Amino acid sequence: MREFDYYRAGSVRDAAKRLAASGNAMLLAGGMTLLPALKMRLNEPSELIDLGGIDELKGVKLSRKGAHIGATTTHVEVAGNVELRAAIPVISQAAESIGDPQVRNRGTLGGSVANNDPAADYPAVALGLGATIITNKRKISADSFFVGLFETALGTGEMVTEVLFPLPQRAGYAKFPNPATRYALVGVCVAQFKSGVRVAVTGAGPSVYRLEDFEEALEGDFSSDALDGLSVSAANLNDDMHASAEYRAHLVGVMARRAVAMALD
Amino acid sequence: MSGGMGIGAAAPRSEDRRFITGRGRYVDDINLRSQQYAWFVRSPHPHAEVRSIDAGQALEMPGVTAVLTGADLEADEVGSLPVAWGITSVDGSPAVEPGFPALADGRVRYVGNPVAVVIAETRAAARDAAEAVNVHYEELDSVSSAAAAMEEGAPQIHEAAEGNLCFNWEWLPSAMAPDAKANTEKALKEAAHVVSLELVNNRLVPNAMEPRASLADFNPATGQLTLYTTSQNPHVNRLLLCTATLKMPEHKVRVVAPDVGGGFGSKIYHYAEELVVCWASRRLGVPVKWTAERSESFLGDAQGRDHLTRVELALDAEARFTALRVDTIANLGSYVSTFGAAVPTVFYGPLLAGVYKTPNIYATVKGVFTNTTPTDAYRGAGRPEACYLIERVVDEAAAQLGMDPAEIRRRNFIQPDEFPYQSPVGQLYDSGEFEGCLDLAMEINGYAGFDERRKQSEARGRLRGRGMSFYIEACGAAPSQAAGQLGARAGLYEVATVRVHPTGAVQVMTGTHSHGQSHETTFAQIVSDRLGVDFANVEIVHGDTGEVPFGMGTYASRSLAVGGSALVKALDKVVEKGRKIAAHLLEAAAGDIEFSDGQFRVAGTDRQVAFGDVALAAYVPHNYPLQELEPGLEETSFFDPENFTFPSGCYICEVEVDTETGVVEIRDFVAADDFGNIINPMVVEGQVHGGLAQGIGQALMEHCRYTPEGQLLTGSYMDYCMPRADDLPSFKVATRCTPTPFNPLGAKGCGEAGAIGAPPAVMNAVLDALRPLGVKHIDMPATPNAVWWAIEAARSGE
Amino acid sequence: MDVQVSFTLNGKMVSAAAGSATLLVDLLRNRFGLTGTHVGCDTSQCGACVVHVDGASVKSCTMLAAQIDGCAVDTIEGLSGNGELHPLQQAFHEHHALQCGFCTPGMIMSAADLLKRNPRPSELEVRDWLEGNMCRCTGYHNIVKAVRAAAGVMGEEGS
Repeated sequence: MREFDYYRAGSVRDAAKRLAASGNAMLLAGGMTLLPALKMRLNEPSELIDLGGIDELKGVKLSRKGAHIGATTTHVEVAGNVELRAAIPVISQAAESIGDPQVRNRGTLGGSVANNDPAADYPAVALGLGATIITNKRKISADSFFVGLFETALGTGEMVTEVLFPLPQRAGYAKFPNPATRYALVGVCVAQFKSGVRVAVTGAGPSVYRLEDFEEALEGDFSSDALDGLSVSAANLNDDMHASAEYRAHLVGVMARRAVAMALD
Repeated sequence: MSGGMGIGAAAPRSEDRRFITGRGRYVDDINLRSQQYAWFVRSPHPHAEVRSIDAGQALEMPGVTAVLTGADLEADEVGSLPVAWGITSVDGSPAVEPGFPALADGRVRYVGNPVAVVIAETRAAARDAAEAVNVHYEELDSVSSAAAAMEEGAPQIHEAAEGNLCFNWEWLPSAMAPDAKANTEKALKEAAHVVSLELVNNRLVPNAMEPRASLADFNPATGQLTLYTTSQNPHVNRLLLCTATLKMPEHKVRVVAPDVGGGFGSKIYHYAEELVVCWASRRLGVPVKWTAERSESFLGDAQGRDHLTRVELALDAEARFTALRVDTIANLGSYVSTFGAAVPTVFYGPLLAGVYKTPNIYATVKGVFTNTTPTDAYRGAGRPEACYLIERVVDEAAAQLGMDPAEIRRRNFIQPDEFPYQSPVGQLYDSGEFEGCLDLAMEINGYAGFDERRKQSEARGRLRGRGMSFYIEACGAAPSQAAGQLGARAGLYEVATVRVHPTGAVQVMTGTHSHGQSHETTFAQIVSDRLGVDFANVEIVHGDTGEVPFGMGTYASRSLAVGGSALVKALDKVVEKGRKIAAHLLEAAAGDIEFSDGQFRVAGTDRQVAFGDVALAAYVPHNYPLQELEPGLEETSFFDPENFTFPSGCYICEVEVDTETGVVEIRDFVAADDFGNIINPMVVEGQVHGGLAQGIGQALMEHCRYTPEGQLLTGSYMDYCMPRADDLPSFKVATRCTPTPFNPLGAKGCGEAGAIGAPPAVMNAVLDALRPLGVKHIDMPATPNAVWWAIEAARSGE
Repeated sequence: MDVQVSFTLNGKMVSAAAGSATLLVDLLRNRFGLTGTHVGCDTSQCGACVVHVDGASVKSCTMLAAQIDGCAVDTIEGLSGNGELHPLQQAFHEHHALQCGFCTPGMIMSAADLLKRNPRPSELEVRDWLEGNMCRCTGYHNIVKAVRAAAGVMGEEGS
């Protein structure tokens, strides 16, 4: 890792100001992805702005709109929040499936969605639930937020402050972990709302995406059986030594069925 | 007197306290005043000419002391990394041993090949400067698989090795067994059944949790070099440094291997990095330290296995094995590592009989150069490869003939009254009761209840399979003369010094090295047992050529069988001398003195003197037979065994396969081993557990993979799949003992067993589960992806 | 740039200046000589470097020294008080849950965090929790056994 300026921000405004002022600054939340990347010298920022001291970014609040989770709320805090687990258990289940206990003790929701790793768990849940990503500047729907491989709609000087997850009627997240990294080889989040069904897939493609034909099938009949006969094309799916594209395509179907079963459980 | 800590006691380890409190002392924990840091510039290409190295910019960076290259090594006449075991080809020619320079001599042959080293005041400065060293490479065509390297027109890796062939070896050689090949072929022709398989033994990365590290300290005033290094055999490293590479006299070189965080073979060898830091320290007159990053370990530590084998088993109408023919292509990597040529040959061919009375066996092995990291001994070293093919083809035979896997084995076992058993591939097996071991494993597994368990699994949507293996291995390397005939370039005895202090406290200097094996406990148990001294009054010293007279180190499950036997011999000498001193003190004839429970006693009387008093008399010889005996009580023994030892065992594995996802889960794992006599059952169980984990890892998860050109794909734990706690079951282990007659302890060795026996047991179980779907073959590792593809292929009739 | 940090280390207030890119593990090992915390990988997977920060287990190779200003850091060296072994240390010893010892400090610190959250974990829960700690020697069998044995001990002491 190369040296950089380290700045511990006191507030969102302070951090945003600092971020806007520097061309090559990066935000440090839990650091579970950023610090390994810096160690590998994949990134060489001039400054790290540590968000760890900003209380307004932390915490879980429930309202009629759903669950408001602060950007630097750790995975362990999300997984351990009893009210949240009662209201939207799929978020807790996804949080406790991330990485290992030490990653969950440090890693944050905001860090995960802002990084948009193609195999991360939270993007699937955020997209599956149709969450709203709230930044220091605006509100962005998950459908617009996750743009591509490690790419989001965040602009220069913009930072995630909170994610608002709406309350589904029921939802499930089934994950097939990569045996080495424990990221999702394939993860599928299925959520049923009055307005319809959403199905989001992580791990399989270059970025998290929705599976419209699965959604349509489940809208008519929210059961695993409704997915029978549907298949997923392997075209454009990730293909690596852990899983071929065809195997991933197959797993998307299996995980979708399991996610539905979890939602119905 | 031994405080209940004698031979056979499950004594908790004396070495634990420092590790559980964070007070261990590993190489990277050691820092010396004014030390500088080495960082290696490594080739990013699998094969390239090095046209030029420009260190100008690096040398101007802050804190940089030197940038050294292969040309500097050559100028200082530092020798190439040596090969410790020579192999002879079918035609009588020696294996091609191209020089392996510690820093490239104009050509690089694998990704990670060291090209230059930067020495700087901080590690960060060295790393930064290494990035600034400008190496001009001219890339060459390259190849990573052994089969591809043998094809016509494949890139040539060494000029001296035509067709990339290092050796073409046969076993037994025609000079020793003129008819072996013809008889084997004849038996195959005349057989009632022939079962053949093509098997891949997947390449593995050893992955000791402590990355390698070396700290060299040359004192220009005394000319003394001290090397702290992560080694399983510091004396061997000193020997190679002194005779082959640095060429310094032994008395000027001290090699210390302090606490070492696992080895599994990967810390046996004389590596480029430790040589370079020694040389750099001598050149610059400052201590130089290097600690590998894990990603360097993936590139630079010798890797294991990587065989491609065709095996044919001939059976008669009663399912008795009549012949076994084996043809193997072994991937040696880019150079011949220290024991790289010996592992797929002399550690492999002589074990191809397994535990069966197969009369005719013939094998050939082609050792092939590729643009990959060199391969060498990794836990088991040749024996897992032999066991895997035997136990896979035997199981396949059972499946094809519709026999119970246990029954086909029973029918072919060497029987207890046939020991010592001369195998047709040159080994004289010591002892064993294979059926007894099989019965023990079956009993623990609940063999008869399998069908019921299979039904229960099916009810839960899972396919259940059971697999069995029965391994035998050669441990206790080695009888030096036999090894010498097979090409070993060093002796393989072991050394122990027993130093009894005036108060009766005992120190043992052993040439073996414990990096997890627990010698500080088990060797102390032997001393406590034999001398009747309190366990707490015994200290085992190892890992320092400055303190231990000599030794060959720890590998090949040799420490107890060879090192422990050297210790027993030295203890016998101590007792013998003590007997003479006691005879003098008790005014009796030495022949009348008995020794037991720490007391020298005149036979048939109550006149006795304690061991501690005899020790005191030896050091304060006021009343002492000085005319006949020297004062002092310290004895050294070298033990060179008359034969290898042959642990064996039966493993049974049950798995469940989720056919939707291809996930294999182990539901039961039984290991019933015969290790001969056991010193500490708790330690032995631990060794078995660890071996099983690595064997299961090989079968289900681990695979070191390269692109066809030789770029490493599995260069970190993000890609190389290491077994974790939630990947493994709890194990059921048991032992059944037939002592070996070939050493005074009757001990055979237990360090590698699990890694040898587990892979075929697991794979046989996976295939047993999948056969109903039509799956006939699957190579290791049986990852979910691989299993799913195998099922798909079977379903679509491929 | 250097960052000044003050924090509680194994119960004592300490201060140090650290480079901005200095990792917590390097600060512990090189500045404070606490070499019980090990580095076994460079991708935050092996867990040999696990310590506690404000009571929670973290990988000290994946935290900047700068981030610990005002925190409480506990390492393996601080786990046993007055020469008394912590129940986990005692159980690792009694059940032969370590061989080479390299992963052991991280393993014990991780398990200590588990037992704080879940005083009586099942075998499966222990195995799940230890996902972030690699051991190449023991096959985990005896580690799992030791953690559960320590849980028994701790449970009794607490009741």
